Amino acid sequence: MKRSSDFNELATRSGEWMRGTGPESDIVVSSRIRLARNLADFPFIKRCSDEDRVSIERTVRAKMEQFANWDEVQYYDLEQLPEIDRQFLVERQLVSREIAEADGARGVAVSANEHFSVMVNEEDHLRIQVMHSGLDLQTAWNQVNELDDLLESAILYAFHPDFGYLTSCPTNVGTGLRVSVMLHLPALVITRQIEKVFRSMQRINVTVRGLYGEGSQYSGDFYQVSNQITLGRSETELVELVGGDVVPRIIEYERKARDYLVREGQQDLHDDVSRSLGILGTAKKISSEETMHYLSKVRLGVNLGLIDDLAVGTINKLFMQTQPAHLQKLHGRLLRSSERNVERATYLQRHLSDAFEN
Amino acid sequence: MKCQYCEKPATFHITEITESTGSQVMHLCEEHAKGFLQKEEADPVASIASALAKQLDLGQTKKDLEELDRKACPVCGISFFEFRNSGRLGCPFDYTHFATDLLPLMTNIHDSIEHVGKRPRKTAAADSQAVIIQLRREMEEAVEREDYERASEIRDDLRRMEQGEEGMGDA
Repeated sequence: MKRSSDFNELATRSGEWMRGTGPESDIVVSSRIRLARNLADFPFIKRCSDEDRVSIERTVRAKMEQFANWDEVQYYDLEQLPEIDRQFLVERQLVSREIAEADGARGVAVSANEHFSVMVNEEDHLRIQVMHSGLDLQTAWNQVNELDDLLESAILYAFHPDFGYLTSCPTNVGTGLRVSVMLHLPALVITRQIEKVFRSMQRINVTVRGLYGEGSQYSGDFYQVSNQITLGRSETELVELVGGDVVPRIIEYERKARDYLVREGQQDLHDDVSRSLGILGTAKKISSEETMHYLSKVRLGVNLGLIDDLAVGTINKLFMQTQPAHLQKLHGRLLRSSERNVERATYLQRHLSDAFEN
Repeated sequence: MKCQYCEKPATFHITEITESTGSQVMHLCEEHAKGFLQKEEADPVASIASALAKQLDLGQTKKDLEELDRKACPVCGISFFEFRNSGRLGCPFDYTHFATDLLPLMTNIHDSIEHVGKRPRKTAAADSQAVIIQLRREMEEAVEREDYERASEIRDDLRRMEQGEEGMGDA
């Protein structure tokens, strides 16, 4: 493992989980699984003294430095990183907003392809997460399970024979496992069926969070589906609940809604998609919400074959790189909000025209 | 429309759908929306509060609850009141110390009180780990009141215990 604070190389790439590949990637953006773990011989974060946090961070980092095949894993000391860099890691979903904004000793280990990250001193001492492009929970589970075995070989976990892995919050106790699938559901939003679909999911222990919800001026049409319970079911049952049961059903509804839109309103849809692409390619200043809104339409257009020359991976990359911290990293200096809107428009124009030329 | 949390205009209208509360619409400004959306999960304090409220319905009296609120963990010192307000426990031993109080809560949240998944290959007796946590806290307290002799005694005890742990075999 090597220690790093340089993001210049990372900023130009999009993580592998943003490639827009993998099963069902026209609808499923990413599959993520995280495990919450705590060291047995320390209090949970809430009751840790500053010294405790330092000891935990040092102990875990030292153990991880010993791991074979971890030469290419980067370790970022979050206590030392400037705010813009921490925000950058949040935008890439490698760390949570909570750990980015917390105080005291804390860090994150990130694999070179950004498939996994291990946060140290988040809400729990360890948050181990694996992320893949498209609907690929089985690979994600195998990988996070292996990582957990590796960490467990070096660290004594807080574990209770009846309650399982002990976590700072009882909502995570047991498996400590949270499966989250990020879905792009524009057709269900356009056809106003989204609420109905989610209401039908409510009795089956999953949580659905709408990001930039319907009815707002700008909607990005992204939704996250996660398991609500963590105790009383095995890891594979929880993975199956979300990945085998709930998500495929939502995918099917979205496909039907897309078919309907193409059948009944292709001209309107084509018009909407083309105008969105036009705005993104010609605007002189544009906010991040507006960008998200139009990129969502363009993404739908690409997936329905209404736009030929753009790849889903390119759209995913634009989603990521037009966020504030990425934009500033790529530009090479801090920018005010109004400057960012101009820089964002310039960036979009350049990349959309590149995409058409290639 | 104004943001629910400040005076700025609400530009984000977010629908959160969970089993416990049904759908809930939030009207937020950009800044608060970001904070809300980037939280990975639903607010644990809210789900704990709602699970505890259900328990209250099941007949715990106000007096019972006041008594419970004062109950504190001997290892980390957290009171049930602090837990209830923050949604966060203080140490692994809380699951033992507050077990009877947490069981109905876990039933409400997970509909189960029994772990059926993966188990670590090595485990240690919860008591020995609790002693380490407690001693470390006592050591810090001794340093704070400048009782360095006591602090160094505890440090020696801790070293011995931690070395014992290193030699521990697979369970």
